[in-house]
Amino acid sequence: MLSKRIIPCLDIKDGRVVKGIRFKNLMEEGDPRELASIYDEQGADEVVFLDITASFEKRKILLEVVKRTADSLFIPFTVGGGFINLDGIREVLASGADKISINTGAVRTPSLVKESSDIFGRQCIVVAIDTKRVYFSDKPSKDKRELTTDQGKCWWEVYVEGGRVPTGMDAISWAIEVEKLGAGEILLTSMDFDGTQNGYDIPLTKAISESTNIPIIASGGAGNPEHIFQVFDEGNADAALAASIFHRSIYDVSEVKKYLKKKGLSIRL
Amino acid sequence: MPKILLINYGVGNLRSGKKGLEKAGADVEIVNGKIPLTEGDAIVLPGVGAFAEAIRNISSQAQNIKDIVNSGSPILGICLGLQLLFDKSYEGGITNGLGIMPGDVVKINAKVKLPHIGWNTIRILRTNSLLENVKDNSYMYFVHSYFAKPTTSEFIISSTEYGEDFPSVIAHKNIFATQFHPEKSGKIGLKILKNFVNIVKR
Repeated sequence: MLSKRIIPCLDIKDGRVVKGIRFKNLMEEGDPRELASIYDEQGADEVVFLDITASFEKRKILLEVVKRTADSLFIPFTVGGGFINLDGIREVLASGADKISINTGAVRTPSLVKESSDIFGRQCIVVAIDTKRVYFSDKPSKDKRELTTDQGKCWWEVYVEGGRVPTGMDAISWAIEVEKLGAGEILLTSMDFDGTQNGYDIPLTKAISESTNIPIIASGGAGNPEHIFQVFDEGNADAALAASIFHRSIYDVSEVKKYLKKKGLSIRL
Repeated sequence: MPKILLINYGVGNLRSGKKGLEKAGADVEIVNGKIPLTEGDAIVLPGVGAFAEAIRNISSQAQNIKDIVNSGSPILGICLGLQLLFDKSYEGGITNGLGIMPGDVVKINAKVKLPHIGWNTIRILRTNSLLENVKDNSYMYFVHSYFAKPTTSEFIISSTEYGEDFPSVIAHKNIFATQFHPEKSGKIGLKILKNFVNIVKR
């Protein structure tokens, strides 16, 4: 039986991990390859690198990191951040990444999703969608898919440029569109819940999982193993991405997986 | 050290396959054009990408590959590499494969999300040296929407369930193939690569 996947995510800037990492003997700023190997040891099903390098010139450093990681990591890893054309995708894949994740590039140039999946296969094209809730108090929206949540009626707006720029696009419709364009998976992040450690956006995850026929990686909000259980059980996610709870060593990957297995989910231990 | 020729057909990531085989104790050479007939101890067909594109890129080497297999050298097909061994594929129309194994490549027909991405278990049906010391129900990493159906079930070493049962390890004499990616399946995947290298050594 196909297992639910647990995917730790590492934010990388200029070739270094830049979140508050506190593994026992490691520095605050870690080496991505070493940290990826630690997650691998703990039983992570995949690892995601999110490159937040500001300058394009420093992109070469990322390629080196991807190469070193590919040489020592024998589980799949995805690289996201700043892909705007086929050449950039080709370079990172040639350096050893298994999948690439496109976000802003997909919104700005939808044909990039189609072209890259035609060439490299849809299995290596992940489209990342950053979303934020837009609540209606009285004003209903046209052509937006609104749902009732515990916090009120809302629709979900797609954001680009690392969550800085709203697009006016409806996230559920965009998810359906990227599947048509050739995305192999959707990495779905709730900006409302990200970093809160209060749990994932379940209605959003469920709505997109049920509107599409490709795997959904839920992201944003994991604070404990029960949150991850909920996003699988109620949100119908296929994989769960988490950063803070693993980085800060609040939970170790194997601990989370054991919990989920105990709750009856199909989990690789 | 046994030498393994890793065939590049221009659509996949060869790096992890190469490193995995090296870790398993092989000397790996990536072959971009003509496959040297005498040098290699074994061939690996790696695999991600589309069937038609891959077969187009290796069509000039098809006879070479067949000759090598007929000479008894071990061959390992991984994922798309497994599918290429068969007669034909229905991925995006009908495309002829290498015809080294009898059977067709068809799409997963069950009502499930595609591609089949992630870790799934293998049910071992027959003993084979490729799966030596690999436990039944081990998790392997899969990424595919199509699978190969050999004409003879004797060739099916393990099967995996995703909406329906499909062959996940196929073998016949010196021909070995996995639908999953052993180079991405952690320690247990590396064990399988090591088993293949041991087969090559014999």
